[in-house]
Amino acid sequence: MNLDMQIKGLNFYYGGRHMALQNINLDIYKNTVTALIGPSGCGKTTLLRCFNRMHDLYPGNKYEGEIIFQNRNILSKETDLIDLRSRIGMVFQKPTPFPMTIFDNVAYGLRLRGIRKKSVLSEKVELALKQSAIWDEVKDKLHQSAYALSGGQQQRLVIARALAVEPEALLFDEPTSALDPISTAKIEELIDGLKENVTIIIVTHNLQQAARISEWTGFLMLGELVEFDRTEKIFTVPKEKLTEDYVTGRFG
Amino acid sequence: MKKEAAGIKTQKTKNLILGKDPFDLLFYMVTAVAALAVLAITIGIFFILVRESYPAIKKFGVFGFIFAKDWDPYREIFGAATNLFGTAVTTCLSLVIAIPVAIGIAIFVTEIAPDFLKGPIGGAIELLAAIPSIIYGLWGFFTLAPIMANHVEPLLMDTLGKLPLIGPLFQGTPMGIDMLTASVILSIMIIPFTASIARDSFNLTPELVKESAYAVGATRWEVVKNVVIPYSRLGIFGGVALSLGRALGETMAVAFVLGNNHQITTSLFDAAATITVTLANEFTEASSKMYTASLFYLALLLFVLSFIILAVAKFFLVRYQKKYPGEQ
Repeated sequence: MNLDMQIKGLNFYYGGRHMALQNINLDIYKNTVTALIGPSGCGKTTLLRCFNRMHDLYPGNKYEGEIIFQNRNILSKETDLIDLRSRIGMVFQKPTPFPMTIFDNVAYGLRLRGIRKKSVLSEKVELALKQSAIWDEVKDKLHQSAYALSGGQQQRLVIARALAVEPEALLFDEPTSALDPISTAKIEELIDGLKENVTIIIVTHNLQQAARISEWTGFLMLGELVEFDRTEKIFTVPKEKLTEDYVTGRFG
Repeated sequence: MKKEAAGIKTQKTKNLILGKDPFDLLFYMVTAVAALAVLAITIGIFFILVRESYPAIKKFGVFGFIFAKDWDPYREIFGAATNLFGTAVTTCLSLVIAIPVAIGIAIFVTEIAPDFLKGPIGGAIELLAAIPSIIYGLWGFFTLAPIMANHVEPLLMDTLGKLPLIGPLFQGTPMGIDMLTASVILSIMIIPFTASIARDSFNLTPELVKESAYAVGATRWEVVKNVVIPYSRLGIFGGVALSLGRALGETMAVAFVLGNNHQITTSLFDAAATITVTLANEFTEASSKMYTASLFYLALLLFVLSFIILAVAKFFLVRYQKKYPGEQ
């Protein structure tokens, strides 16, 4: 199995002082789904946001350690963040369409990269919408506002937007927490299909979801990675007592 | 037990008769009177304006007044066209100058400035709004007008004045007491308004949507251009409309540098008159009944104009709030 990302001795501090992550060591494998679980405030979203350096948007945040992605440490100062974020896409807790048409939303990342040719744009937009299983629902209204779509459709549209720039990895931050069960099922199915092309890391509060869709699971608590293993092991024969208590619902 | 229940019952009945508990009633009356007073005063002002301007309305009519260029106290022939022209030109030009600057300030304060600069800049903007307009007027007359006359206007004449189409706007004698200087002063006065409303609208853009744009590899400028500004469009529009209302009504700052000359000219280097400046300058010398009535008529026009603009601004702001109700 190919290694896609290697996290070595990662520490993270908010505002330069508060230590939010402590000595995280973790391997992410290519074309798999890795779930990050743990109680609220355990640092799972913080960890996810290290992978595309989202923390750099706010002043004072500090990383230590290494995240090796394609033989480079993405935490180094030389990393081109624009380039990094087009290789590692992200989907958030709530659908975040931009105030523009459905087509323009999906074409957004492509246009940022200087692709102007109409035929190329149309082709890539169509492909991305098909990959995110929403093409049939929107193909007749590509030039309508993205706000006209339902929440679940918007979330799939946002996934299409992330896929359009052909990233190597996709980060999902509780992507279904604002959706109804049917939309959630669609997104889960979608994620399962996507791993053929991209590596997926997903933060979720929903333990069943983690068990359903991931091959690997990491359990975090108080900023530390308590256990990382194959998903079926985490949920059936965890090594740590803490993990067992959490996945069996003794606290959470 | 039974007694208590009966007590409660009488208490309740009493309340029903009175309608409210006495303090509640007092509270209700005080607030209602205060609120109704505002309405009464507004309607009262409108009524007085109509009554006092009635002779002029009867003599000149509506369009006969609005489109007539004469302003002749000797022959007692009055028209609003020169005043409306001055008001429209200075207001529009000041908006043209102020909007880009104000939006630039708002973008810098919300998206670009480091935290330690946000406070001081925000404070400076609010302070700018707090300076009394008479001070702007004095500063305009003694400082800005000479600078305009000696440096800015000759430069504009030699550059923009040579161009076709817009050339005539920048020709004539650069005196510094003219529509251009008045517009610059006005723009400085409305920048704080526009900037702070634009800043508030920008802050309404959901953080998550901005982050998603960064997450597909957008730069700061691209996020502002494609996400923040489109999200805030209606809010900015409302802010501009409110500033427009303020620019329309501003008097003292403009009175110092406009020259109060009833004429319609093509050059921005000419003196002009606005509704407010005419009112401030000429009320004391209005000798005849028709003169006074015509000034009241001007005031009525300004009242109606301001009301329309405020209504439009409110309409857009309300629509904006409905469209993005409390998103993060």
